[in-house]
Amino acid sequence: MSAAGLIGTRLRVRRGGSVRWRRVGLGALGLLLLALLWEGYKAIGPATGVVVGDLTVLPRTTDIAMPHVWDIATRLTEPVNTRSDALPVWQAVLEAAAFSLGVAAVGWLVGVTIGLLLALLMQRFRTAESAVLPWVVLSQTVPLIAIAPLVRRWGATIQFGDFEWQGWMSVAVIAAYLAFFPVSIGALRGLGSPDANHVDLFRSYAIGWWATLWRLRLPASVPFLLPALRLAAANAVIGAVVAEVSIGLRGGIGRMIIEYAQSGSGDPAKTWAPILGAVVLGLVAAGLVALLGLALTRFRRGEVAA
Amino acid sequence: MSGIPTTGPVPIGVPAVAVAAVDKVFDTKAGAVTALQSVDLTVAPGEFVSLIGPSGCGKSTLLRLIADLDQPTTGTVSVFGKTAHQARIDQDYGIAFQQAGLLPWRSVRANIELPLELHGVGKAERGSRSSELIELVGLTDFADSYPDQLSGGMQQRVAIARALAESPRLLLMDEPFGALDEMTRERMQTELVRICGETGAAVVFVTHSIPEAVFLSNRVVVMSPRPGRIRDVLAVDLGGARGDELREDEHFFAGVSAVRELLHGDAAPGARARGVENR
Repeated sequence: MSAAGLIGTRLRVRRGGSVRWRRVGLGALGLLLLALLWEGYKAIGPATGVVVGDLTVLPRTTDIAMPHVWDIATRLTEPVNTRSDALPVWQAVLEAAAFSLGVAAVGWLVGVTIGLLLALLMQRFRTAESAVLPWVVLSQTVPLIAIAPLVRRWGATIQFGDFEWQGWMSVAVIAAYLAFFPVSIGALRGLGSPDANHVDLFRSYAIGWWATLWRLRLPASVPFLLPALRLAAANAVIGAVVAEVSIGLRGGIGRMIIEYAQSGSGDPAKTWAPILGAVVLGLVAAGLVALLGLALTRFRRGEVAA
Repeated sequence: MSGIPTTGPVPIGVPAVAVAAVDKVFDTKAGAVTALQSVDLTVAPGEFVSLIGPSGCGKSTLLRLIADLDQPTTGTVSVFGKTAHQARIDQDYGIAFQQAGLLPWRSVRANIELPLELHGVGKAERGSRSSELIELVGLTDFADSYPDQLSGGMQQRVAIARALAESPRLLLMDEPFGALDEMTRERMQTELVRICGETGAAVVFVTHSIPEAVFLSNRVVVMSPRPGRIRDVLAVDLGGARGDELREDEHFFAGVSAVRELLHGDAAPGARARGVENR
């Protein structure tokens, strides 16, 4: 604990401009290495791929299966199709990614809220923990493909006043379904993380459960909550992308991956554009949660044991 | 301990702590464990009383009963004439544990202000009170530091300042110096004697160090284990102005020997005289 605290302090002190640039440099180097690996394998690998028995271990290296990196990059700047008003591919991909990010963000928010509420319920009432926790765990074993049509069908029956269930809401619900799990587990651990010592101290102050929650349990749960929120963001993105496909929602990156893949044989470089878009989507989602972590730095200090 | 500048008025004749005929039985999976048996103890206002004994003698349990962190199975615990529960609601005591238990996300000042903040004391008043206490425990240069930047001794001083924040008339301390090295420990003891002199608070102090108990206390309560009982109470009272020179004093050594003899009765529990414990 003390060693970790010390390293943490040093990192905070040293996290100057030069370190940040070195990180950016390392990130770029990683991308470059990936591109080199791609092109290297494409250059020396057999055109039919590496096959062991009947199993293809490494992909075919034809231009259809693995277009050149520069072809993929060039294709990004060209129009989507031959129509005169067609957007460049990169713009279409970014728009689709932004749409999916929006849906995933709604799912994330709903999931985080539900996860936190479940964790609070389980923390407050011991019996709730034994009653709810198994169901929380069980919920994640249901395959996404199975629940997506169900959610859409149930959603379609919801209608009151001017409100009408939209397709994107079904996608957000599925994203939330995947996002709440790590939050509820992480928050439950975090809320229970204060020492008996701290709990006794707050009890000696004769204040209620809510004040203890706000001043002790929630701040103490931040180190547990941040990784959970990051996992939830990744899950929400995956959930949104997959749910778009299974529900058939237009406008998002998931649907775009399927659409562009259909033109794969004629326009192989285009297939990779929305996949790159999905990667960017994941990175942005992770980055947003990292920003949240920066805002909560104060609560991530480790206490050196006395 | 005259002149009580920072604590409230103490009603004449009402003891700070009165423990009467207390038993504490814990129900464990292995069966009922008697942690305390027929314990009686009275602590006068402004008095420093140490509880000493081997592990398992129930000294921490007794402290927790006084703090209303646990309830006695039978018997009564009263603090300043109220039930322990009411005393906790009224914030009549401050408490410090073996682990400093500071909140790592709060600065030294914010940690000391925690109880004040939780009880709705205004910002200005909090600030002046914490400045006072920071000076009292000698951490003026560290007011804005965080717990992970402090040594163990400094953290413990913050914890003591926090316990004193609401000017309690009673301080409950559960081996607060147990995790400190010997040098820091002696310095902290000297400081605690000074702080208690300045605030006039009564103290119930759990320890397993004989010299510590003798150095600090007006009375030392010697406890024996299985079941936890008070074996004897020894009046020490080395005087109000206790400094480091006292550690070389013959009265100090006499006190240490006396407590040690009382404790060593434990070595042969089967052979111990029942008469010793009839308190």
